[in-house]
Amino acid sequence: MIPDPDLRARLQTDAETLGQSLPPLLAEAELLASTIMMGEHGRRRAGQGDEFWQYRPAHPGDSARMIDWRRSARSDTTFVREREWQAAQSVTLWVDASRAMAFRSERSTVTKAERARLLALAAAVLLLRGGERVGLSGGDTPPRSGKTQLLTLVRALSSPDGAQEYGAPDADGIVSHGRAIFLSDFLGRIEGVETALARASDRGARGVLVQVLDPAEEDFPFDGRTIFESMGGSISHETLRAGDLRARYLDRLAERKDRLQSLARAVGWHFHCHHTGDAPLPALLWLYRAIEGGR
Amino acid sequence: MWMLGPVGFTAPVLLLGLIALPVLWFLLRAVPPAPIRRRFPGVALLLGLTDDQVETDRTPWWLLLLRMLAIAAAIIAFAGPVLHPEQRKAGNGPLLIVFDASWADARDWPRRIDRATQLLDEAGRSGRPVAVIRLTDAPAQVDFQSADAWAGRLAALSPQPWLPAQNAAWAAMLPAGNFDSFWLSDGLDHPGRAALAASLADRGALTVFASPRPVLALYPAGFADGAVQLAATRLPAGEPAEVEVIARGPDPSGIDRELARATLSFGLGAARAEAALSLPPELRNRINRFEIAGMRSAGAVSLTDDSLKRRKIALIGGREDREGLRLLSPTHYIRQAVEPVADLIDGTLTDALLASPDVIILADVAKLTQTEQDGLLDWLDKGGMLLRFAGPTLAASDISRSAEDPLLPVRLREGGRTVGGAMSWGEPKTLAPFAEASPFHGLAVPADVTVSSQVLAQPDPDLAQRTIAALADGTPLVTRKAVGQGQVVLFHVTANAEWSTLPLSGLFVQMLERLAVSTRPAAPQAADLAGQTWVAETLLDAYGQKIDADTKAGVAGEALAAAIAAGPDPDFRPGLYAGSDRRVALNAVGEKAGFTLATWAAGTVIEGLDAAKEQALKGSFLSLALALLLLDILAALALSGRLPRIARGAAVVAMLGLLPQGVRAQDDAAAIRATEAVVLAHVITGDSAVDDVAEAGLTGLGERLWERTSVEPEAPVGVDIEKDDLVFFPFLYWPVTTSQPLPSAKAYAKLNDYLRTGGMILFDTRDTDMTRGGGTSAEAEALQRIAAGLDIPPLEPLPKDHVLTRTFYLLQDFPGRYDGGIVWVEAAPPDAEQVEGMPFRNLNDGVTPVVIGGNDWASAWAVDDMGVSMFPVGRGFTGERQREMANRFGINLIMHVLTGNYKSDQVHVPALLERLGQ
Repeated sequence: MIPDPDLRARLQTDAETLGQSLPPLLAEAELLASTIMMGEHGRRRAGQGDEFWQYRPAHPGDSARMIDWRRSARSDTTFVREREWQAAQSVTLWVDASRAMAFRSERSTVTKAERARLLALAAAVLLLRGGERVGLSGGDTPPRSGKTQLLTLVRALSSPDGAQEYGAPDADGIVSHGRAIFLSDFLGRIEGVETALARASDRGARGVLVQVLDPAEEDFPFDGRTIFESMGGSISHETLRAGDLRARYLDRLAERKDRLQSLARAVGWHFHCHHTGDAPLPALLWLYRAIEGGR
Repeated sequence: MWMLGPVGFTAPVLLLGLIALPVLWFLLRAVPPAPIRRRFPGVALLLGLTDDQVETDRTPWWLLLLRMLAIAAAIIAFAGPVLHPEQRKAGNGPLLIVFDASWADARDWPRRIDRATQLLDEAGRSGRPVAVIRLTDAPAQVDFQSADAWAGRLAALSPQPWLPAQNAAWAAMLPAGNFDSFWLSDGLDHPGRAALAASLADRGALTVFASPRPVLALYPAGFADGAVQLAATRLPAGEPAEVEVIARGPDPSGIDRELARATLSFGLGAARAEAALSLPPELRNRINRFEIAGMRSAGAVSLTDDSLKRRKIALIGGREDREGLRLLSPTHYIRQAVEPVADLIDGTLTDALLASPDVIILADVAKLTQTEQDGLLDWLDKGGMLLRFAGPTLAASDISRSAEDPLLPVRLREGGRTVGGAMSWGEPKTLAPFAEASPFHGLAVPADVTVSSQVLAQPDPDLAQRTIAALADGTPLVTRKAVGQGQVVLFHVTANAEWSTLPLSGLFVQMLERLAVSTRPAAPQAADLAGQTWVAETLLDAYGQKIDADTKAGVAGEALAAAIAAGPDPDFRPGLYAGSDRRVALNAVGEKAGFTLATWAAGTVIEGLDAAKEQALKGSFLSLALALLLLDILAALALSGRLPRIARGAAVVAMLGLLPQGVRAQDDAAAIRATEAVVLAHVITGDSAVDDVAEAGLTGLGERLWERTSVEPEAPVGVDIEKDDLVFFPFLYWPVTTSQPLPSAKAYAKLNDYLRTGGMILFDTRDTDMTRGGGTSAEAEALQRIAAGLDIPPLEPLPKDHVLTRTFYLLQDFPGRYDGGIVWVEAAPPDAEQVEGMPFRNLNDGVTPVVIGGNDWASAWAVDDMGVSMFPVGRGFTGERQREMANRFGINLIMHVLTGNYKSDQVHVPALLERLGQ
C-alpha cells in the first residue's frame, strides 16, 4: 500500500502519461522489428538447447546415452542426436536521456531521444524474440528475457529526461562477456565515453556505439549573428557570422566521429552514426547485425 | 523658391537636415544587427571557436550608405523639390483670354482649358481682372471680372462645331483701355483674325498659344467611278503621315459599328490626301458617317446623306405571259445588269409606284392604263426616273405617233426599221461616240455593239437636244426628256439581244449605271432644297458626337442651302437634315472648304502646348526613400542570417516558374502513351467524384473489351480539354456536371476539330432517374450550354436500325446504371429509305460525332481495383442483366468508334455474294 496520497497521485499521473506514450512507442518498435525476418539468425551450432540441430555419426568418446537409437537403427552406424546450441546473451542498453537529446531541428520530425528510444526498443524486441536477455544499464533493470521484460524496458525508457546537458554512458550493470548498446549523440565530453568503454571492455563486454544526430547538427545550416545555447541553457556561444564557423564546426564533428570510431575499434566495438532525418530501419538492421555478428 | 539647377525647393530650410547625416553615420555604425538565439546541442563543439573577422560587429559600410541615402532622400523629399518650376513674370492690368473654340480646338480642348485655368489661377493670385471669350459665340460685350468668377465657368466651356466667322464684330466689342491678351488659337486662319490680333496687340501684350499638332479635316464623301471617294486635308502639311478613315453605320441588327476602313496617305508636304473606298452597295447604303480614327473633332467627321444610297428600281416587263426561254425575256439583261447595284422591285406598275422607287424600267411596255399613267406622271414630277425600252410591242403600237406621249421622250415613227438582217439591205449599225452633253460622255464605245432593229424618232425640233446616244449614222438610239423633276429615257432598242447586241455588252451596264446614278445629284443645290422645311435629324457637337436634336425647329431650305455652301454657323449646326423625301448632310467641313494656317504678326509671343511643365519631385524622392528602406530590410535580413529562409521561398517560386518545361516533357510522354495503344479517355470535369467514376467506368469497359473483343485498350486517362491534346483519343466520355465551367474559345476550337476529324464524344448527363417523367435537369441545361459552342449536327433519338445496335452485339436498348433514357445520335440523312428486303436502312455513312444520353453508363461499367463492380445496378439478376447490357452498349460504342460504318455495309453483302457467285 502507498500511504502518501500525494505520491499515489503522482504515480497515477505518471502511469497515465506512460499509458499514453507506451502503446505508440511499443507499437512502433514492434512494427519496426517485424520488418526484420527472423529465422536465419539461429545459433547454427550444436550445443545445449531444446531444438534439434543435426545427427552426426558417433565418435569414440560419446557416451552411450548420447546415441540416438531410433536413428541408428535405420542404418549400420550409430548416430548421435545433437541439439542446437542455445545460449542466451545478456544485452545491456544505454539510451542517453540528457537534455541534448531532446533537440529537434526543423529538418527532422523526431527528436534524437525519440529516435534513440525507438531504435533501442526495436532492438530489444528483436533480441527478446530471439531469446536473449535484455536490460538497461545502471542496475535498475537487469537483463531478463521474456515478454514482460519488454514492458519493463518501455517503462524505464519512457521515464522523464535527465537533467544533465550531455549524457555519459553508464557501464554499470553490464554483465560480464555480455553485449552492450550505447545510443547517444556523443556530443558531450569524450572522457565519459572512454571511461565507460574501458569499464565495459574490462568486463569482456562487447557492443556498439550508435551516434544519433540531427541533420542540423550534421550540416550546421546557420548564418549571421547568432547566440548558440545548449538545450539546458548552461552553455552558450556567441558568434557574429555563424556561416564562418561552419567549416570548423564540421571539422570538429568529423574529428569527434573519428575519435569514437577509433575508440570503438580499440575495444572491438562497432560504431555507427544515424541521423534522425533518415528512416530508422537501416539503422536497426545495422544494429541487429552488429549485435548478432559480434560473436 | 530656392533653385538648384533646374530643381527648386519649396522648403529649402529642411535641407539643413542633411548636415545631420554624418552624425547618423556614427550612430548607425555602433549598432550591430540583433543576434538570433538558437538552441543547438552542437554548441559543445563550437566552444573556443572565434570569429575570423572581428570588425563585422559593426554595420557594413554599404548598408550604412544605403540607410544614409534613404534618409537623405526623405529629407530632400520633404524639402519640396520641384523640377522646372514655372517662374513667369506676372503681368498687370486686365487679362483677356480668347478661345477660337472651333471644332479644330476639340482635339486638345482639355489641355487648352488646363492652360486657361493656369492663367486664371495666376491672375487670381495677382488680383487681375479677367475676361474669357469664345470667338465662335455671337459677339457680345466683353466684361472683365475677377478670376474667381470665371474659375467655375471655365470648365463648362466647350468648343463649337463651326469656325469663328465674326472676328471683325468681336474686334468692335473690345473694351476700352489697355489689357493683356492670351489667345488660344486653333491654328487656322479665320476671316478677320489678323485684324482682331492687331487690335489686341494694340491694347497690350498678346500671347498666342498654338498647338503643334496638325488640324485634320475630312471632306464629305463623294461617289465616283463605283467607289466612295474620301479626301482629307491637314494643316500644317509636314512629314508623310497616314490617317485611317472609318466608315460607320448600323449593322443588320441596327447596332452602330465600323463597316469599313480606308487609309489616307499624306505625302511629304502634301496638305490633301485622297482614297477610294470600294464597297458593296449593301454596305455602302448603310454608312451614315465617316470619321478619322482617333480624332475627336467635328471636322474629322463627315455625315453621309442620300447621295451614297442604293437605288430602288422597279422592273416591269411586257409579254409577261409568254412562255419562253429566259434569255429571250425582255428584262433578263436589265435584271442582270442592275441586280448587283440596286434593290429591284417586282410586281405590277401600280404596286411598284407605291414603293416610290428611284427608277422604273419599262421593257417593251406600250399601253398603260390611265391610272398608271397618272401615277407615273406624279412620280416623275417628284424626281423619278422612267427608263423605257422599245420592242415589238412598242413598235406595233400607235402611242406617241401623232402627238408626243408624256411618258415618251420623242414621237415615234411607225414600224421602226431593220438593217443588216436576212431580209434587208445594209450592215447592222454601230454606235457613234457619245456627245459631250450626253450623260454617257466618256464611255468607250465597243466596236462589236451593233443595232439591227430599232424604233425611229420623228425628226422634231428638239430631237437633237433630247438625243443622248446615237448610231453612227446619226439615228437617235437613246433619247431623254425631263418631266417635272424627273426624266424619261427611252432606249430605241429592246432590252434583250433581239434587236441589238447592246445588252450583251459591258457598255449597257455602264450606261444603266450612269443613268441610275444620275437620278440624284450628289451635292444638293439651292434649288433642290428651296421651298421645303428641313428638320434636324442628327446634330453633331464639336467633338463629332451626336447630340439631341429633338427640340430644334425646322429650317427653310434656302437658308440650309446657304449654310451648306458657306459651312455651319451658330444657326445651322452640322448634322443631318431631313426634308420630305430625302436627307441632306451639313458637315462641319464643306466640300469646297479650304483652310490656311494662321500666321501671327512679328513680335507676338507664341507658346506651344509642350512647354516644360513644372513637376513636383516630392513623391519620387519619398518613394525612393521607401524603396531604399525596403532594400535595407532585405540587407539586414541577409546580414543576420535570416534571409536563407526567404531565399528558399524564392527558390520555390523560381521552381514553380520552371515547372512548365517539366509539364511539356510529361506531355510528350503522355502523347506516346496515348498513341501506343487504344486509350479511352474521359473529360476531367473538376468534380473529383465524377472523374473517379468516369475513370473507373472506362477501366471496367476496357476490361470487358480485353475479355471479349480484339480491342485491347490501355488504362484510361482523364483529359483536360483546356490543356491536353485530344487528337490521340478516338473516344471521349464526358460526364456533364453543373459545376464545370464552359470551355474557353480555344478549347471549343479544339473540340470542334476533334469532332470534325472523326472523334466521338459520349455526353452523359447521368440524370435519367430525375427526368424519366419528361422533365429536364440541371445537367441537361449545362449540356445545352456546353454544346452551344460545339459543331454538332442535327440529332435524333437512336433509331432501331442504327448501326450502333449491331456493331458487336445486337442491342435493342442502351441502359447504363439507369434504364430508359433516350439516346441521341446524329440524325440520318433525310433521303435514307428502307430498301425492300433489307432489314435496315443504309444510313449513317460515317460515325456519329456525338452520342448524348443520361443513363450514367460509367457507373454501370465502373470497377474498382479488384475488378469488382463499384455500384449496384438494378436489383438482383435483372440488375446484373442490365449491367451486362450496359457493358454491351459500351462495347458496341467502342466498336462503332473504331470500325465506323463497317457493319452498315452489311446491307451490300447479298449483292456482293451474288456478284461473286457469277
